[in-house]
Amino acid sequence: MSEPILHITGLNKSFGPVHVLHDIDFDVRAGEVTALVGDNGAGKSTLVKCIAGIHGADSGTIEFQGREVHIRSPKDAAELGIEVVYQDLALADNLDIVQNMFLGRERGSAWLLDEASMEKAARETLASLSVRTVKSVRTPVSALSGGQRQTVAIAKSVLWDSKVVLLDEPTAALGVAQTRQVLDLVRRLAEQGLGVVLISHNMADVFEVADRIAVLYLGRMAAEVYTKNVTHGQVVELITAGRSGDIGLARPEHAVL
Amino acid sequence: MNEKEPTMTQTPTASPNTAITDFGIDTTTMSTSEAVRDYISRLRAGQLGSLPALLGLVALVIVFASLSDVFLSLNNLANLLAQGAGQTIIAMGIVFVLLVGEIDLSAGTASGVAGAVLAMHFAENGNLLGGMGSTVFIMFLAALGLGAVLAALLRIWAGTAMSVLGIVIAASGMSANPWIEMLLALCTGTAIGCITGYLVSRIGMPSFVVTLALFLAWQGVILQFIGEGGVIGISSSPVLDKVANGNLSVLGSWLLCVIAVGGFAAATLGRHFTRLRRGLVTQPTSIVLFKVGGIGAIGIAATALLTVNRSPNDNIVITGVPYVVPIVLGLLVIGTYVLNRTRYGRHIYAVGGNREAARRAGVNVTKIRASVFVVCSSVAALGAIVYSSKVGSVDPQAGGLNTLLFAVGAAVIGGASLFGGRGRVSDAVIGGTVLAVVANGLGLLRQPAAVVSIVTGLVLLLAATVDALSRRRAASATR
Ligand SMILES: Nc1ncnc2c1ncn2[C@@H]1O[C@H](COP(=O)(O)OP(=O)(O)O)[C@@H](O)[C@H]1O
Ligand SMILES: [Mg+2]
Repeated sequence: MSEPILHITGLNKSFGPVHVLHDIDFDVRAGEVTALVGDNGAGKSTLVKCIAGIHGADSGTIEFQGREVHIRSPKDAAELGIEVVYQDLALADNLDIVQNMFLGRERGSAWLLDEASMEKAARETLASLSVRTVKSVRTPVSALSGGQRQTVAIAKSVLWDSKVVLLDEPTAALGVAQTRQVLDLVRRLAEQGLGVVLISHNMADVFEVADRIAVLYLGRMAAEVYTKNVTHGQVVELITAGRSGDIGLARPEHAVL
Repeated sequence: MNEKEPTMTQTPTASPNTAITDFGIDTTTMSTSEAVRDYISRLRAGQLGSLPALLGLVALVIVFASLSDVFLSLNNLANLLAQGAGQTIIAMGIVFVLLVGEIDLSAGTASGVAGAVLAMHFAENGNLLGGMGSTVFIMFLAALGLGAVLAALLRIWAGTAMSVLGIVIAASGMSANPWIEMLLALCTGTAIGCITGYLVSRIGMPSFVVTLALFLAWQGVILQFIGEGGVIGISSSPVLDKVANGNLSVLGSWLLCVIAVGGFAAATLGRHFTRLRRGLVTQPTSIVLFKVGGIGAIGIAATALLTVNRSPNDNIVITGVPYVVPIVLGLLVIGTYVLNRTRYGRHIYAVGGNREAARRAGVNVTKIRASVFVVCSSVAALGAIVYSSKVGSVDPQAGGLNTLLFAVGAAVIGGASLFGGRGRVSDAVIGGTVLAVVANGLGLLRQPAAVVSIVTGLVLLLAATVDALSRRRAASATR
């Protein structure tokens, strides 16, 4: 097994008196989809935001590509190649696909943007992800369906030569066909060698695309297991009770790996 | 993925279709009929742009032309342009503020302050200290200094530079010179904008409240500068008088026409064919040619008409395009360029479209939100130069409520959204023309001020309704 690209140990996070994350250990490996599951309020989004630099962690270390890093802002995370795809709040409706994909990192000089290069790169990225549902890369995002928006948001993260992509419930608001489309895309990201973290509530989706599953239970990492080593029922039990048979909390060395 | 790309990027001209096929049904070029259908479907989805305003303009012109035989006279049309120009310029600045989803109710009186400073510098031959009295003068310098400091805190260095320049001009007491006066007015506007921007974006007060308070405060400042019942004339300066009352020579008019139409055609066509060649998304060539042809025809026709003698008096000859036309066109080109082609402009739209998305994408939202107020007040100061020149004097009512309503109304009527994210500088020009036509036409029909106010208010209400409805339409069209 290769070294994890992102290696988190002993991460703690409190909001005032509320201790949300307890001594979290969490690994993300390149070329793998790691599903992050857990009940509502378990702390999944908070963990992602700590990694993304939106919240500062109280303690704990984050190693990226074997090197300890300090992520203090979204910019730090982006510079390392860590991208987050939020369920919403990701795109500006009034801008078109190209403008959204390059938002904050426009090409060209500040006083003359290089539209041609951006448009070409956006199209090539979408093509490399085999996205075939957008009529034109100059379509305003307001005219896209929910699935297409999510696709653009994900493609945006790929454009940046990113190494780790974190997706917080990317399919929560989508229909069946659109969910399909996004899951395919998630798989393709991993095939391109990125480390992918997928937060999802849907067990079928998780079992379909994830190589590994990390279960958060009340702010603690209950288990990090390989998908092929567990059953549906076990994961549900881990989510709801924090343990299942010999996997889960209450055991000091909780990971089966 | 990046390893595979070079083959595609290196041969874009040789096989522009590779990328298109790879991208499935992505299309870069549309046929004319497809483009027309696309436009109609966008209209259906509530993206009306300036269309309602243009249709309204046509309707208004027809109505007024049939009711008044003076309306379409060349003299009146030229006059109409100059009458609305000052407010239209202020509206251009307001578009920037509207784009980020804020409002600047103080733009009118801020412009009035700039106008008052300009007039006083001229009338007192540069001795602002004498004109204002030492206490007021020191407070004026302090306000400019505050603008400079706040701009520096926001890292808006242009704001700092302009504010400091204002202090230098005011404190040095250099004697009257129209160009210095205009520069001082601009600096004053910039400093005001820095203060507004800081209060809204750093302190986090709602722009509605900040600018309503400043609206009143600046009104008081103008009164303080000029004095109750006072008027400061500026028309004795040939330059200051000509800004809004002078015309280009006939030769100059045609030169302007060639530069404007030729420049537009060269820029549009050059861009179009470059994009076409490189396989980028373009409109159909027929539509681009139609646009260029249309603008060219309008430009040439307008120049031809405005170079004919339009004097109602047989003893004087008035020919040439009014100076306000190149002034407004110049600002239109600059504003459009900034919004469409620069990173700053892109970030303005992003902040207006989705502030949180912009923040997460690394856009400095605080700075962008502050900067639009700086742009707005600076541009408003330019508007003040034009409307003061038109009137020939500055009085305590300069930039009052009517100016503000006209300016905000012009932007909204032209199609800029009050909800942020949607609008162009050209909207201000189109909307400003609509309002200028309304005011001018009703004036020719000898309607009392009451009617003019009511009609203007209703037009604005109508525009805001169109804005709100099209926004709802757009929201329901998604998903
Ligand atoms: N900004 C915040 N301030 C205070 N409490 C927060 C904040 N964000 C999340 N929490 C709390 O942290 C806990 C975990 O939240 P979250 O990470 O959103 O859970 P999940 O994404 O797993 O549903 C919840 O109890 C939530 O109330
Ligand atoms: Mg969550």
